[in-house]
Amino acid sequence: MSRYTAVTDDDRRAMLATIGVASVDELFAEIPEAVRRTEPLELPEGLGEAEVYAHLRGLAARNTSVEDEISFLGAGMYDHYVPAVIDMLMGRSEFLTPYTPYQPEISQGGLQVMFEYQTAICELTGMDVSNASYYEGPSALAAAAYLAKLTNGRGALVISRGVHPHARETLRTLAEGYGMKVVEIPLVDGVTDPAAWASAIDDGVSAVFVSQPNFLGAVEDLEALIGPARAHQALVVCSADPLALGIIEAPGVLGVDVCVGEGQTLGNRLDFGGPSFGFFAVRAEHMRRLPGRVAGETVDVDGRRGFVLTLQTREQHIRREKATSNICTAQALNALAGVVYLSWLGRRGLVELGELLLQRTAYAREALAGIDGVTPLHSQPVVREFAVSLGLPDLASVRRVIARCAAEQVNPGYALGLDYPEHADGLLVAVTEQRSRADIDMLADVLGRALVSERAAAAAQGREAT
Amino acid sequence: MSASETAMQRDRAVTIFEKGAPGRRAFQPPPLDVPERPLDELVPARLRRKQPARLPEVSEPELVRHYVRVSRRNFDLDSGFYPLGSCTMKHNPRLHERVAGLAGHARLHPLQDPARAQGALALMWNLERALSEIAGLPYVSLQPSAGSHGELAGVLLTRAYHADHGEARRTVLTPDTAHGTNPATVSMAGYEVVKVGTNAAGGVDIDDLRAKADRDVACLMLTNPNTLGLFDPNIEEIAQIVHDVGATVYYDGANLNAVMGISRPGDMGFDIVHFNLHKSFTQPHGGGGPGSGPIAVSARIEPYLPRPVIVRRGGGESNGSARELDLDYDRPKSIGRLRGFQGNYGCFVRAYAYICSLGASGLRDASETAVLNANYLLARLRELGVCELLPPAYDRVCMHEFALTGAPMRSQLGIRTLDLAKRLLDYGYHPPTVYFPLLVEEALLIEPTETETKETLDGFAEAVAEILREAREDPEIARGAPYSTPVRRLDEAGAAKRPVLRQAL
Repeated sequence: MSRYTAVTDDDRRAMLATIGVASVDELFAEIPEAVRRTEPLELPEGLGEAEVYAHLRGLAARNTSVEDEISFLGAGMYDHYVPAVIDMLMGRSEFLTPYTPYQPEISQGGLQVMFEYQTAICELTGMDVSNASYYEGPSALAAAAYLAKLTNGRGALVISRGVHPHARETLRTLAEGYGMKVVEIPLVDGVTDPAAWASAIDDGVSAVFVSQPNFLGAVEDLEALIGPARAHQALVVCSADPLALGIIEAPGVLGVDVCVGEGQTLGNRLDFGGPSFGFFAVRAEHMRRLPGRVAGETVDVDGRRGFVLTLQTREQHIRREKATSNICTAQALNALAGVVYLSWLGRRGLVELGELLLQRTAYAREALAGIDGVTPLHSQPVVREFAVSLGLPDLASVRRVIARCAAEQVNPGYALGLDYPEHADGLLVAVTEQRSRADIDMLADVLGRALVSERAAAAAQGREAT
Repeated sequence: MSASETAMQRDRAVTIFEKGAPGRRAFQPPPLDVPERPLDELVPARLRRKQPARLPEVSEPELVRHYVRVSRRNFDLDSGFYPLGSCTMKHNPRLHERVAGLAGHARLHPLQDPARAQGALALMWNLERALSEIAGLPYVSLQPSAGSHGELAGVLLTRAYHADHGEARRTVLTPDTAHGTNPATVSMAGYEVVKVGTNAAGGVDIDDLRAKADRDVACLMLTNPNTLGLFDPNIEEIAQIVHDVGATVYYDGANLNAVMGISRPGDMGFDIVHFNLHKSFTQPHGGGGPGSGPIAVSARIEPYLPRPVIVRRGGGESNGSARELDLDYDRPKSIGRLRGFQGNYGCFVRAYAYICSLGASGLRDASETAVLNANYLLARLRELGVCELLPPAYDRVCMHEFALTGAPMRSQLGIRTLDLAKRLLDYGYHPPTVYFPLLVEEALLIEPTETETKETLDGFAEAVAEILREAREDPEIARGAPYSTPVRRLDEAGAAKRPVLRQAL
């Protein structure tokens, strides 16, 4: 008996007698001896609650979290403030501990939350229909390719190099499975090269993928990119940053077919990468090819308003190999955080927060561009993230500069060269509402000095530095 | 039976979009502390949003009250028995929420320099080692986000393995008892499904398997114990037949809770296993996620694992900080990423805390108790005469769950499994899984888990017996159930025919 089980010796005797066997071992008699273990697993013995807490706290202490430094690290997940109401609501047993609402009569809470979430995502993205959540951003983008394949059966996918590198790689992993070719379009001055984009799209292209804003922080001219896809009846998939949609035109208004994205910024913690949620919204014509759960409004036998899982004939438990996706468990609790966050922020708050991000990011961009050797990597408009060139010879020197800043408890951002060899000295800097003007000034100071030190060290060692 | 409307029923559903008033707010923006620049200078008007998103406008008290009231319209595991077959609704220790919430875990950026995330990488490394030991397979990737995602990884790994050996195979075998995710995964990975039959004892039909196992087969996907709750004693022979044609054997870990520390998929001959951390390892189910679906694989599959993988390196980095554990992206044969970052780390923290709490003997105790509880509940149902109307689909010792068929109940009492399930709601229970597995007529799949006390199991068995007694006298009671829930039976057909999937604003 562990602290999470309750069968006493007396209970066990009585239960075995009722079953009609002499021992618990007898219940496992059908497992062939060759594959039945007599030896215990090679794992440490169990610990008490306080000891487990101490161990896990010790591991946490070996991590540098965003509470331990002034962090400008973004690149797909961002340190936005998570309001206390979210912790409280996500911790409620009624939301935390049930499963998928298979029995709607006793799951109206979860189903209503899904319905509200779907409404909020449709409002935010300008799309007609949203599912109740997907795993996370990059896998949602890849799932859109499967929807496109089911829609038109064409063999190629065209993706902007401005889409998050993890999403591009995930798309390749999955598209390979069902035999689709993936073509990548380069960026020019930070945005998708319109000429290369247009010439890559033909009648063999199933779907095109673009990010708004893109990985380098640049706002794309989405409307212009949609045109060539429309001309060849390819589906347009836009991966959007949901918080930026307080400022930037909703992709749905511009006519994209599918809008997906990473929902972490909507009230979810960083959690070293998950769990968060992906959102997945479509135009009405694609409704019956959506992946995953969808809640719908209906009435009960007495005419009361209620909610149910609906359009289930798309799903794996009904349609099996003909399903529109294999997804079963998604990210319901994280989607709850998403809709609570959007309600907390509210209609005006979304815009006000977006405008604050714009102003602070513009300030930071200018402050960093004022550092000797630093230049903006592109000239495009940005919302909460921007890219600069540090004027260094390679990725290794960028990493040294980041380490020098870290030693002063400042995390200046993401080394772009890890994913973009063409921007080996690039730095991607994210500014959330949690980074004040004083923090930004500190970043400029620390980064400036780190660059001076790096150049001096390079000169001393005879390394080339610009 | 007619019940007057309960207070909860009188309280009709109102959404957050129907609450609040213009100007109300819960969010107070931080002050603008930088020189304000005209918006047009920052983002051209042409690219900006024209119509604001019509989000709710509520104060914090309104927000809290709304969602607390909405939450009360849910049944949950903390309130009562939840024997949902194949879902392993075991207790979620609250310690796990506390440790997952520590800033060093919860507020750690996924792209933090690995040198400054050594605690997280150590946790993942330790969890990988523990899962490897539990599975009996040497290598683990924690990346997949749920069981279905782990399945997809497994089948893509199989594809990569065959491609690397110059083979392109076309089909994947799945038993007719399989979870729906299996065949759906097969299609998403570009293979065709070939179904394998079930024998009279509820296991894989070996003759049918032999007939269908040819060089076109890439993989057999199997759950053991299977979705009937039965351990397939022929597992070694099954694995041998599949390996003989050069295919892989995939273990759907949805039912791992029956055999932790007792039998290992790797020892049974499986090449690839997925775990559901939200089932056997206590990640709370969250109303439908988050989940987490790590995979364990044999040495021949290892080169193709999703990247990055966690590696142990010697020495420090040039910046002087220790980087004992690192993320390795240089994996030329990898199938690539399945998602962003490193997986659902928050779920890893909880699963790891669980394994630390239980240890080797505690995990075995969990599985033994789960199996004991299931067999006891079945025996109690028998004692009470329930199995005369709801006999086991296959009359054998079950593992952690068992499937009953409601066919006799339907013909003799005129009520269906669905009616029984709905009537259980009035008794305060979450019903078992209904109408799955598909090959069992009027199926009821019951998984009590190790969480439950003998008293709870007794109470549930008596409730089922009582419902049958009641139905013998008046089947209309069950047919009209439930009566006491926040809403009663809902018009699902109408919802699908005329979909209302968002609030009209």
